[in-house]
Amino acid sequence: MKLPIYLALLHRSEQSLAGAFRVVADGHAAEPDVYSVCQLLAGQCDEHVRALQPAVQRYGEADEGDEPENLHHSGPSRTRSGPVGLLRDLQDLYVLASLVDVTWTMIKQAALGLRDIELRSTVEDCEGQTSMQLDWLRTRMSQAAPQALIAAR
Amino acid sequence: MVDRIADIWGSRTPFQRGATWPVRVDQKLADGLSDADVDRWVQSACVLCSNGCGCDIAVKDGRMVGVRGRAVDIVNHGRLGPKGLFGSWQGMASDDRLTSPLIRRGGQLVECDWDTAMSAIVERSRALLAERGPLSHAFYTSGQLFLEEYYALAILGKAGIGTPHMDGNTRLCTATAAAAMKESFGSDGQPGSYEDIDECDAIFLYGHNMAETQTVLWARVLDRIEGPDRPAVVCIDPRLTPVAQRADVHLAVRPGTNLALMNGLIRELLHHGWVDEQYIRDHTVNFEELRETVEPWTPEAVAEVCGVPADDVRRAARIFGTSQRVLSTALQGFYQASQATASSCQINNMHLLRGLLGRPGCGVLQMNGQPTAQNNRECGADGDLSGFRNWANAAHVQELADLWNVDIDVIPHWAPPTHAMQIFRYIEQGSIDFLWVSATNPAVSMPQLPRIRDILGRTELFLVVQDLYLTETARYADVVLPAAGWGEKTGTFTNVNRTVHLSEKAVEPPGQARPDLDIFLDYARRMDFRTKDGGPLLTWEGPEDAYRAWQDCTRGRPCDYTGITYERLRGGSGIPWPCNEEHPDGTIRLYGDGVFPTDPDYCETYGLDLATGAAVSEQAYRAGSPAGRAILRAAQYHPQHEPPDADYPLSYTTGRTVYQFHTRTKTGRARQLNQAAPSAWVEISVPDAARIGAAEGDIVRVASRRGEIVVPARISDIREGTVFAPFHYGYWDAAGAAPAATAANELTMTEWDPVSKQPNFKNAAVRIEKVADGAGPAPAPTTAGSHPAAGTDVPATRGGAPGEASETMGAAVPPGGAIQAARS
Repeated sequence: MKLPIYLALLHRSEQSLAGAFRVVADGHAAEPDVYSVCQLLAGQCDEHVRALQPAVQRYGEADEGDEPENLHHSGPSRTRSGPVGLLRDLQDLYVLASLVDVTWTMIKQAALGLRDIELRSTVEDCEGQTSMQLDWLRTRMSQAAPQALIAAR
Repeated sequence: MVDRIADIWGSRTPFQRGATWPVRVDQKLADGLSDADVDRWVQSACVLCSNGCGCDIAVKDGRMVGVRGRAVDIVNHGRLGPKGLFGSWQGMASDDRLTSPLIRRGGQLVECDWDTAMSAIVERSRALLAERGPLSHAFYTSGQLFLEEYYALAILGKAGIGTPHMDGNTRLCTATAAAAMKESFGSDGQPGSYEDIDECDAIFLYGHNMAETQTVLWARVLDRIEGPDRPAVVCIDPRLTPVAQRADVHLAVRPGTNLALMNGLIRELLHHGWVDEQYIRDHTVNFEELRETVEPWTPEAVAEVCGVPADDVRRAARIFGTSQRVLSTALQGFYQASQATASSCQINNMHLLRGLLGRPGCGVLQMNGQPTAQNNRECGADGDLSGFRNWANAAHVQELADLWNVDIDVIPHWAPPTHAMQIFRYIEQGSIDFLWVSATNPAVSMPQLPRIRDILGRTELFLVVQDLYLTETARYADVVLPAAGWGEKTGTFTNVNRTVHLSEKAVEPPGQARPDLDIFLDYARRMDFRTKDGGPLLTWEGPEDAYRAWQDCTRGRPCDYTGITYERLRGGSGIPWPCNEEHPDGTIRLYGDGVFPTDPDYCETYGLDLATGAAVSEQAYRAGSPAGRAILRAAQYHPQHEPPDADYPLSYTTGRTVYQFHTRTKTGRARQLNQAAPSAWVEISVPDAARIGAAEGDIVRVASRRGEIVVPARISDIREGTVFAPFHYGYWDAAGAAPAATAANELTMTEWDPVSKQPNFKNAAVRIEKVADGAGPAPAPTTAGSHPAAGTDVPATRGGAPGEASETMGAAVPPGGAIQAARS
C-alpha cells in the first residue's frame, strides 16, 4: 500500500508550509496584515500536522526515499524585499499551499476507498482551512499585484 | 436655564414603553442675545456626533449666533447635547479660520489665490498621471462632509482619475459597522431605529459609551430608565462609564476578548433554548457552524479569558434570552478592537437567533462615529462602490458606468478598494505620491503617530489638505485649501438610523473659503475629466444637482433616496431611507419581513472570511444559497496580538470624552467645551496608581513599543490593569517649541481587522511610571467616564453662566407620524 508515501508527503508539506508562513510573516512584518494572518495560518498548519499523527501511526510513515521523485515540499528559508518581493513570496506560499491542498484530496480519496472514517473525518476538519489559506493568498496577491507591477518604484 | 456642562443630558422627561418621547427644546444663544435679537433661523442638523439631531441655526448680522433643537425632528424631539449647543456654531467662528489658500514656497506655507493653488494641484496631478498612472493618486476624506461632496469625490476618483485608492476617516470610526452588516445581512443598512429605545424591554450596549458619544440618544435611554417600566440595561465596557453605572449587568471585559464573550453569550442562548427555531430555519443559513463554534464557550471559559464573573455572563444572557423586545447597540469598544467584525457579527447573530429584528423594540444599531459617515459609505468615497454596489459583481459596476457614462474598465473593480492603512503604506513605500486629504486630521487620528508623521513628511509626497483650520496635518501640506463648513454651505447627510437631513447655508464663509463641493467640481473641470462621449464628467452647478444625480444612483438599491427631495426635507423632520414609491414616508425599521439583501445579484458583497479577510468567490457564495436569508457568521476567538507582558504589563485603550470631538478642531475652539476638558490625561485604576506611587493629578509617562506620552493621571474606577487615554489631544494649540507628547496615538499600533480594515485602537501593551508631582487634579471631567475613583476629592466639572442653555418642555406634540405610517 502506497498511502504512507502520501501521508508522509502531506505531513512534511504541512510542516514546511507552517515554517514558510512564519518566514514570510517575519520577513514582511512591516505589512501588519501579512504578519498576523501568516502567523494564524502557520498555527493552522501545526494543527493539521497534529491531526495527521494518528493516521501516520496507524499506516506508518514512508521514508523520504520512497517518495515519487518529482514531489517537492520545501519552503523558502528567507524572504525577498519590496512590493514585488512580497508578491513573489506570497506566490511561493501559494504553490506550497496548493500542493498541500491537492494532497488532502488524494488522502481523502484513499480514506473513502479504505472506508477509514477516522481519516476521512480528519481530512474534512482540515481541508477547508487549507482551501481558505489559498483564498487568502489569492485575495492578498490580487490586491497587491497592480500596485507592485505598475506603480512601485 | 440649565448648566449643560454640569448636566450633560439635561432635565429628565420620563416616559413609559410604547409612549412617545416628550419634546424638550434646547437652545443656546451667544452671550447677551435673546430670541428677539435673532434675524432668522436656518434649518440644519448637528454634525458634532453621529446622532444627527435636527436643529436650527440662529443668524444675526450675517453671523451664526446660536442654535436650537427642532421639536418636529424624529431624531431628537428638540434636544441637543453639549457639543451641539456650544461647539457647532462657535467652532466655525474662531479667528484662526483659514481664509485663503496656502502654497508651500521655500519650505513655508504662504497665502496665494485659488487659481495658483488649483493650478499647482492640477499640474502635479497631470504629471503623475502621465508618468505613473492612476495608481499614483489617493484621496483620504472624512465623516464630516455632505452627501453631495462625497458623491462628487467618488465620481472624480473612480471615473475621472480611475484610482482604487479612496478612503475616509470612516475607516477609523465606522468601517466595522458596515462590514458587520454586509457580512450578516448582505448589505450595509441599519436594521433598527432610535424608536426602538421607546419600545424595548432590554438594551445591550456593546463597547458603546453612549452617554458620552451620543448624549441625546442616551437622554432618550435615561428617560426610559426613569420611566415607570424601566428596560434592563447590560453594558460591556472595561471602564465604569455612565452607562455602566446605570446597568443591571456590567461586564468589564479584559480588552481584546470581545469575541470570547459573544461566543459565550450565544452558547447560553442555545443551551437554554432561548431561540426561535422557526425563524432560524426560514430566515438564516449557517446555523450548524455557529453552534459548533460557540460550543466550547461555557460561562466559566468566558470568565477565564475575559476576566468577568461567570454568573454575570449567565445573567446577561438570561436578560437577552427572556426579554420580549431587545435593542442592541455597538460602537468603538467593538469596532476598534481585536476581531472587530467577527465580534460585531455575533451581535447580529444574537438577534437573528431569536428573530428580534424589524419589530418595535427589536433592533440592532451598529453605530457610526461621525455625523456623515453613513454617506461616505453610501456614496463610495471610502472605497465602497456607490449605492451599496458590489465591486465583484460586473453588472453592478456596469450600472455605475452607465450612470456616469464612462467605460466600465475605467472604474477600478479588479480587487477590493484600498483601505486607509494600506494607502498610507503605499505612500511609505513610494508608490503613491499624490494624496488629497479633506476634512480629517490623520497626523493626530491615525495609529502610531511617529510613523504617520514620517509618511506625511516624505518629500516625494504631494499633499493637498482641505480644511477649516490649519490642522496638524495641514502643516505638512504642499497646498492648503480653505473650506466652507457647516452653516456656510448647503447639503444633506444621513445619521446612524438612516435619517436624511438637509443642512442649509446660513451665512457666507469667511474670506476666500469655498464649499468642498465647489472645490471638487473645480478640480474636475480643470482636469478636464470626460465621459465616453467626450462631454464633461461632472456638469453639476450646485448641491441640488449633485443630490438629484445621487437619487438616480440609489434607485432600486437598499439606500433608495428617490422619494426624498430637498423640498420634502424643508420644514419638517428628517426622513429615514429607503424612501420610494413603495415606502413614500420612509422606513423606520428594516427586515420586518425577514427578507435580507443577500440575493447574489443584489448583495453588496459576497463576503470575506472573518479570520483572514479572504474574499469569498461568487461561486462559493451562490453555493451557500442565502437567497434572502441572513448569514449566521461564526468565528473562533484568537488572543490579541500584543498582550501585556513583563516589559509592558498594562493594557492600553483609547476613546472619547463627552466635551470634545475628534482632534478638537471645533470643540477646542468653543470655550465652554474646552474649559471642561482642556488638555490630555490618562486614567489608571486605584491599585495600579498605588503600585507606581501616583496620586490624582501626578504626571506620568505612558510608554508602548512605539512611543510615549507624558500627561497627568486621573485615578478612576477603570478596570485594574487597563489604562485609558482620550484621543483628542494633538498639538495645534500646544504652547512652546517642543510641547510634551499628549496624543493617544503616539502609543497605538499599526494593525487592523482583517474584514473591516478598521485599525485596532483599543489594545496595546504599555508601561507607566510617575515622573513628577501634580499641581492639582488631572484636567479630566468628573461628569462622565473619567470621573475620579470613589472617595477622591476633585472639584466637579461645571460650566457656570456661559454653560447655561434653555430647555422648553412640551412645546409641541412629539413627532410620531413616521411611526404610525410604518405600523399601518
